[in-house]
Amino acid sequence: MDIQELHSALESLPYILGGLPATLGLILGALAVGFVLGVPLAVGRVYGGRTTRTLVKLYVWLFRGVPILVQMYLFYFGILAWLSSLPGLSFLHLDSAFLAAILVLGLTSAAYQCQIFKGAIASLPSGQLKAALALGMSPTTAIWRIILPQALRLAIPAWSNEYSILLKDSALAFVIGVMEIMSRTRAVASATHQPLPLSLVAGIIFFALTWIGLKAMRVVEDRVRIKGYTQQGSI
Amino acid sequence: MTEFVDFVLTEVAPALNQGLVASLELILPSAFFGVLIGLTAGALRVYGSPLVRRLTDTYVSLFRGTPLVVQLYFWYFALPYVHVGEFALVLSPFAACVLGFSLCSGAYQSEYVRGGLLSIRKGQLKAAQALGMTAFQAVTRIVLPQAIRRAFPGCGNEIIYLIKYSSLASIITVNELTGIGRGIAKATFKNTETYLVVGLYYLALVTVATLALRWAERRFSIPGFEYQEE
Amino acid sequence: MSDFAVLRVEHITKAFGGQPILKGVSLELFPGNLKVLIGPSGGGKSTLLQCINHLIPPDSGQVYLEGERLNPASKQNLRSFRRQVGMIFQDFNLFEHLSALDNVRVALGLVRGFSKAQATERAMAELTRVGLQSRAGHYPAQLSGGQKQRVSVARALAMDPKVMLLDEPTSALDPELIGEVLAVIRDLATLGMPMIMATHQIGFAASLADEFLFMDHGVIVEHGSPADLLAKGSESRTRAFSAKISELTCEMGE
Repeated sequence: MDIQELHSALESLPYILGGLPATLGLILGALAVGFVLGVPLAVGRVYGGRTTRTLVKLYVWLFRGVPILVQMYLFYFGILAWLSSLPGLSFLHLDSAFLAAILVLGLTSAAYQCQIFKGAIASLPSGQLKAALALGMSPTTAIWRIILPQALRLAIPAWSNEYSILLKDSALAFVIGVMEIMSRTRAVASATHQPLPLSLVAGIIFFALTWIGLKAMRVVEDRVRIKGYTQQGSI
Repeated sequence: MTEFVDFVLTEVAPALNQGLVASLELILPSAFFGVLIGLTAGALRVYGSPLVRRLTDTYVSLFRGTPLVVQLYFWYFALPYVHVGEFALVLSPFAACVLGFSLCSGAYQSEYVRGGLLSIRKGQLKAAQALGMTAFQAVTRIVLPQAIRRAFPGCGNEIIYLIKYSSLASIITVNELTGIGRGIAKATFKNTETYLVVGLYYLALVTVATLALRWAERRFSIPGFEYQEE
Repeated sequence: MSDFAVLRVEHITKAFGGQPILKGVSLELFPGNLKVLIGPSGGGKSTLLQCINHLIPPDSGQVYLEGERLNPASKQNLRSFRRQVGMIFQDFNLFEHLSALDNVRVALGLVRGFSKAQATERAMAELTRVGLQSRAGHYPAQLSGGQKQRVSVARALAMDPKVMLLDEPTSALDPELIGEVLAVIRDLATLGMPMIMATHQIGFAASLADEFLFMDHGVIVEHGSPADLLAKGSESRTRAFSAKISELTCEMGE
């Protein structure tokens, strides 16, 4: 790698960084989908009846057992292509790679987030729910107003890890053509035949994003902290 | 339905079975080296000199902070551009994968090993010394057996991740499960059917590995070190 | 006289981060002696005990076992010294991954070179001595605090120690479990095992100890027989200190 190569790698930096909105969009979208699905899944897993619990377990087993890459191919080239061929659904065009990627990352993240929230709910003293019910709250109110506000706070450290996992998994969206950072890096690298400096550039960008995310999550954690309220160590 | 079953049995399964073998050929050595690297790096991060600790910490945060696909891309596509003397560092796709998987998995494994080692209270070492054990005896007989039990669930999980992320080998042209599945899908235009079956293969692999790890954990479990479901 | 000392400690000093913890402590332990270290927490009792077998290496000072000087530079010498000096910790430090039997057995094999059968036989004998033969297969997580401490005594005794160092053996125990551990220690004292024990159980200690050593700020401030130091009208620090403790625990009836 010489100065010339480094120089041209730097010249393509703006183009590669142009993938930043896509990468961040994938992460935030998937985090949101995962959260919106993961919380009710976790509640169902802990408080649901036998059928609900089994269904949640099945969901978690499926999405934790199939690689993201295979899911991407399956949803995008398989299911989405098939759906868009149906009459009346042609608006689901193959342009929707971005949405398909969010869906795949989000559904998988939901399975992991479910486990995180389940752990947090289970770690609360059982007296919390009992006390709420004893005051005459309905189970739904008790879970919504008493259990979740505590459990979600406890889950933040584990949950913030989801960000860095999704950041790394989002780089797989290039296989279905989402023009995020990895995808743009590959495009430049194959056009210029300079994979060495470019893969380093991509590495640095992802590394920086991981780092920034961790710092940001720490700030969030401090913001929502209730004084004296911490997770007690289990060991 | 019969058409699907027929398609799976005649066209998909035979090829995927070969892909499964290739996947296992990637996963097994990578898991082995990953654990080895994880144990070494984890121990160095706890017991190493400040400089060694710093170096291993840097290794771990680099490999945990960047996507595996970028790492593979580097090992396979970029490394040949690095010249040592007149030799270019060209790796076969298979070698690039095992190298990339092992180094990445090892970085994650080391987190659990480190945590396991740090969870052992100082008194354990003191008591061993007070009885006259050598440092080597104290570490191998007292500290490691405890640390490994504590690290086992996390390290096991990393092996499950490794199984799933072995699918990335297809990106650098290795014909394992995913690569072969993609070939079939392209040739037959039966994307949904093919990838569903590929997914089932991984599901089976992951389930078998999970059960095996859980069995091992129970087998070696002792009171005070029980399996705690996440 | 001093030639007969089982254990002699000469002028041990230790500082942590410039803060002196031990300022030149010396003592001698004779066959059958039980010396009791008392005094306020942070006075250096625990540091002294751990300096004796170099679990905390002292900054200066000498230790002699049966007249032979410990040379801590020789790892072999240090290990053989430690084998002959039994140590009981405040928080037991049982090996958490080993059963009670294996806790006692492990060092017999590794350090003393016993065969497995020999080690088992000896370990069972020691567990029986502390009344825990029926708990041999239990793991530390399945034992009460008192039982854990008794296992740790058995573990130390299996090494055939010439002297025992006990670092507040009962202070991590619930009150109702202290008695069973004290009973084991009383048996050892009756058998003539030379011991140095740091403790706050002044009543118990007074009934067994040959000498009280009152430690504060890294020095032995006063020493003497418990009877003298605790005598009515005595102006000793020991008596004042015991009075304060007994106020809190009502341990001494007088």
